[in-house]
Amino acid sequence: MNTIVVAENLTKHYGDFPALKGVSFTINEGECFGLLGHNGAGKSTTLKMLYGLAHVEGGQLSIFGQSFKLTPPEIKRQLGVVPQEDNLDPDLPVLENLKAYARLFGIDRRQAQAQSLMMLRFMGLESKEDSLVDALSGGQKRRLVIARALLNSPRLLILDEPTTGLDPQGRHLVWQKLRGLKSEGVTMVLTTHYMEEAAQLCDRLAIMHEGLVLTEGTPAELVAAHVLAYVIEIRLPLDAIPPDISDRLREFGGEALPVMEGLFLYTNEGNRLWQQIGGWGLPQHACFLRPANLEDVFLRLTGRGTEP
Amino acid sequence: MTGAFRVLNRHWQVFARTWLHNLMFNVAEPLLYLSAMGFGLGVMVGRIDGVTYLEFIAPGMVALSAMYSATFECTYGTFLRLHYQKTLQAILAGPVTANDVILGELLYGMLKSVLFGAVILIVVSLLGQIPAVTAIFIPLFLFLPGAVFAILAVSYTALIKNIDQLNYYITLAIMPFFLFGGLYFPVSNLPDWVQVINWFNPLYHSIEVCRGLALGQPPARLWWHVAVLLVMILTTAAIPLRLMKKRLLL
Repeated sequence: MNTIVVAENLTKHYGDFPALKGVSFTINEGECFGLLGHNGAGKSTTLKMLYGLAHVEGGQLSIFGQSFKLTPPEIKRQLGVVPQEDNLDPDLPVLENLKAYARLFGIDRRQAQAQSLMMLRFMGLESKEDSLVDALSGGQKRRLVIARALLNSPRLLILDEPTTGLDPQGRHLVWQKLRGLKSEGVTMVLTTHYMEEAAQLCDRLAIMHEGLVLTEGTPAELVAAHVLAYVIEIRLPLDAIPPDISDRLREFGGEALPVMEGLFLYTNEGNRLWQQIGGWGLPQHACFLRPANLEDVFLRLTGRGTEP
Repeated sequence: MTGAFRVLNRHWQVFARTWLHNLMFNVAEPLLYLSAMGFGLGVMVGRIDGVTYLEFIAPGMVALSAMYSATFECTYGTFLRLHYQKTLQAILAGPVTANDVILGELLYGMLKSVLFGAVILIVVSLLGQIPAVTAIFIPLFLFLPGAVFAILAVSYTALIKNIDQLNYYITLAIMPFFLFGGLYFPVSNLPDWVQVINWFNPLYHSIEVCRGLALGQPPARLWWHVAVLLVMILTTAAIPLRLMKKRLLL
């Protein structure tokens, strides 16, 4: 498999603040790679380095085998960029937005028209052709930005929080379109703080926290490597939970993690633990058993679990 | 450089949709000045250097409109594209360099300067206030002051973080250019020291050349003003590139 992005030990400071403290990852051709993290984890900065809005301060970054400190135009020509903010042109109607952007890539007038119409159709926006951008819903704007990013048939599509702020319908529609692109072999890198989005779309992901990559792998690998298979969420305030639960769970062969105001019990034997907890003084109606998922990996690794 | 023209082309597509709205604003103001000053003050002034007062101020209106066009495009326009619409960041994610993006802003300011200056020139010509045919060179000349005002405006806009700070630029730079530039009276009326300072006033040079071409004055004197504007451009052109790059790139 071809590796098309190699990031090694990337660092970046904003003034004295270290935004990236040594970020490394690789992206292979044809895969969807996710950067998962809280706001301020360094995801957007990392993407801005990829698409040429931020200088590489320290470390090495290469795309399509060419390394650089600031992404040169010939590489940007092969990228599609969906930035965090919908920076569409409010002065232009929907179709003109796409045509003007296509022309920026040196695509000739006729081709720009054809390509723009095709992308509008692909994104389900053909009926909005003459609308002004401000008249679009949040989901429609987001799809228009994605359509714009596809005009130049990019080899690598970069999406910074593609569904943040969208309602569930809008989010699912965007996911469908992105899955469609993935099946056509478009390589993607996206940032998100939605675990469901990462699980739905990403082949591999890196969890970022405070400017570092904590771990990297497929969603299943990450779950297997970092948490036990089942969780019982105890939805009670900490002071209403018997204090000896952690010890009892450890004897049982599990691990407890305080999450905000509650407690999560991790185990490989979900059903057996479920039978036990009544005897430990935990009412079942306040407990909830489910398989562990990425969210648990995230809570555990980023330490948010331990915050009061 | 082709990148800069592709950026300019993007601005042009916006302009093609909004020009009428733009034109009203840019044409109305100089015509209001022209009629108020021309009719109100002209009666008292009589002739200046052998021409009527309206003929004296009409070419200045062309220079004024050109200054305003580049100035507003490269202050408010650039600020909006940079901070509110994020258009510049969207363009920069495409296959262009930061220099292309900034040059595109400057070229757009220059182009608007020439276009709106030309429109005013046509209007005042139709009103019969432009006696000499050499006036047809005015639009070509307006590229120079257009470049100076675009460079100044983009540089200042790159320095500020709040849109209200643009008022300082308008009040403390553009207004003095306008008031002391010799639009309504010959600069020779001003004290000597103001005349010396005026050599740093790009609008003064622009008005002198526009007036010279409109009235058919001998060209020798005008070349000096052209030369000063060229020197201004050459010595300052790197500044907006440098300052704006810091705003565009992290």
